[in-house]
Amino acid sequence: MRKLIVLCSCLIFIVLAGCSQPPKPSNKILLWHWMTDRNDTFQRLAQQYKQETGIEVIVQLFAPSDSYSQKIIAAAQANVLPDIYGILDKKSIVADFIKAGLVTDLTDAMDADAGSWKNSLFDRALADKRFEVGNIYGVKPGIYGVPIDVTNVQMLYNKKLLAKAGITTAPGTWEEFIKDAQALKRVGITPFVSGWGELWLADCFASNYAFNIMGEEKIFATFRGQVKYTDPDWIRVLSVFADLRDKGVLMDGIVTKGNKYAEQDFALERAAFAFNGSWCVNVYHDMNPGLDYGVIPPPPISTAYPLKIWGGAGSSFVVNAGSPNKDKAIAFLKWLTAKGQQVVLAQETNNLPSNKGALLAISPILKEFAGNMDTTTHPTIWPLNEDPLVIEAFDKGIQAIIIGEKTPQQVAQDVQVVKDRQMARGK
Amino acid sequence: MNSKAKAAAIFKDNLQNFFFVLPAFAIFCTFYIYPFLNMIFLSFHEWRGIGPMHFIGLQNYQELMSDNLWWDSMGHAGYITLIALTFQNALAFALALACDREIRMKRFYRVVFFIPPVLSEVVVGLIWNWILNPEMQNGQHIGLLNHLLYTSGFPQLVHNWLGDPKTALTTIAIVNSWKGFGWGFIMLLAGLQTIDKQLYEAAKVDGASSWKIFTNVTMPMMMPVILVVVILTILGCMQVFVLILTMVNEGLVNHTDVPVLRILSAMTGTNRFGYACAEAVNFGVILVCISFMTKKLSDKAKQV
Repeated sequence: MRKLIVLCSCLIFIVLAGCSQPPKPSNKILLWHWMTDRNDTFQRLAQQYKQETGIEVIVQLFAPSDSYSQKIIAAAQANVLPDIYGILDKKSIVADFIKAGLVTDLTDAMDADAGSWKNSLFDRALADKRFEVGNIYGVKPGIYGVPIDVTNVQMLYNKKLLAKAGITTAPGTWEEFIKDAQALKRVGITPFVSGWGELWLADCFASNYAFNIMGEEKIFATFRGQVKYTDPDWIRVLSVFADLRDKGVLMDGIVTKGNKYAEQDFALERAAFAFNGSWCVNVYHDMNPGLDYGVIPPPPISTAYPLKIWGGAGSSFVVNAGSPNKDKAIAFLKWLTAKGQQVVLAQETNNLPSNKGALLAISPILKEFAGNMDTTTHPTIWPLNEDPLVIEAFDKGIQAIIIGEKTPQQVAQDVQVVKDRQMARGK
Repeated sequence: MNSKAKAAAIFKDNLQNFFFVLPAFAIFCTFYIYPFLNMIFLSFHEWRGIGPMHFIGLQNYQELMSDNLWWDSMGHAGYITLIALTFQNALAFALALACDREIRMKRFYRVVFFIPPVLSEVVVGLIWNWILNPEMQNGQHIGLLNHLLYTSGFPQLVHNWLGDPKTALTTIAIVNSWKGFGWGFIMLLAGLQTIDKQLYEAAKVDGASSWKIFTNVTMPMMMPVILVVVILTILGCMQVFVLILTMVNEGLVNHTDVPVLRILSAMTGTNRFGYACAEAVNFGVILVCISFMTKKLSDKAKQV
């Protein structure tokens, strides 16, 4: 019988131990992030913050970003989110987090002191987690995230390889780009590489040219179902990839290439042009410190509309609305995005700072990236987004064009079939 | 002892036993039964991973039935499994038979053959990515396979193995077999070593040829082991995905999609958790059916 009592006691203890107490305010803030390249700097800055304020920031890294995303969703379901975290997902998912009461509205903090915090940051970066009046997600208007850095995706060119082919200036138009690619091919240099095995990067490239060819109104009209993907302008966007394929511009195996491999190819001078984000500066520096390259927006194919590149907030943090340390978490993020800390982050991690005042301290190549920030756009700031299944069909279609399996017209029809199906379902 | 006291003693014994089993039962329920039931529950809902769930009945399953990409992915996994069942297991059996004999450096071979399965799928994917790299630099093939083909006088065979829909899936299936044959090898070798050597000697005395000995002694004795290897191969290969993710990222159009990748894509790419769960339930049922059928077939084979 004694055994039985001992067993019962153990079970009761286990059950009681599982019942957690509601969290209490403390001088410790828990931050979860996914940025392997910034972890050391975050840790150092957290120590500095503790020395300055006495508040300990526990920085925990969970990489890669895909796993981090899943961890955040699982933590949200279990209601065990940390004080500060990031949501690496579509704006609709960010909206779901906000509506579930998991994200703090930072508008008041941003607007305090005549908006000094808000005004110190790039507006484009803030737009990533800002919900405007009348937004389609039904979220209360406000700013819900703090950008730690900004980023954009552009074309890079290797100056040495271009010189080998007798090219003295970077291309300014699509025709010049194709002409340069032919010249590079003649001297045995692969013209272009990108990590299009990661579909979002090919989608980003297509989106650049969609803005250039038809302008944003027509793009959004397509999302609303008012314009078909079989429209000549969309076929022209898809034909960009057929053109790249037919002219032999693309590196072999580009459709299954991860961006890490594409970065390696460009850093090791296996290709003259690349399409990549500003985070690549750090990557290239690690792989080949002597790499001499420049930055240009993808060469426009049309003069009808301005070409827009993807960019905005690189990495953002949000504050857990259920955190007892909410105010301390906000104060820490304000400190982290102040000029001094942003300079440290920019210099140590080679990322574009989100604080405008820190721009003076960045490297010349990052300044080239920063030079085109005004032409950036991003799905997270668009008034509406395309259905994910349509995006998947579109991106897979791009792959099919590159490997010569389908024509742009066939892909456009396939995408429209998916679009019609989703529209019929009311999505 | 009267009957009342007897019943009380039995009850006490049962209660004690129940409490001993309870921790294991609780863990099993928490980590297996609950997630499994929850997955079935979610498969009847539309849910994006966060926020409210909407009950939609069998709609996810209806959509799944007409989802060509899903059934294509099932076919791709089936093809990879077929290559493994034939090529991989035949190789494993042949090598196990070779190592079961008195040959030199037997232990060395056993270790070498067991290296690929010990490696993580990510490492194997990265190694083979380098071997199969289709690029050229300064007129030289970077990938080892294309370099060897070119330098050994077969330039016409140089190919973009993972970038061509005609060869991508077969290439992945072969790499998967390369990675997996070591498990079969070890299990089959262990099985061969349990066969009583006297059976072979008796067969030889009776004048049986090597082939007769193989078909009438080795194979019947090995059937239980072969069955286990077959079931494990089917279950393992049908669920392959890390290797594919490492070798071709998000896939070559849809030519390299397998069920687990479709489930992953529904969850992370399109945030359709309910649909992903319906796919998972459907996939699980198919795997159970295949295992059951394999077991039945093997039982019949044993009776024959």
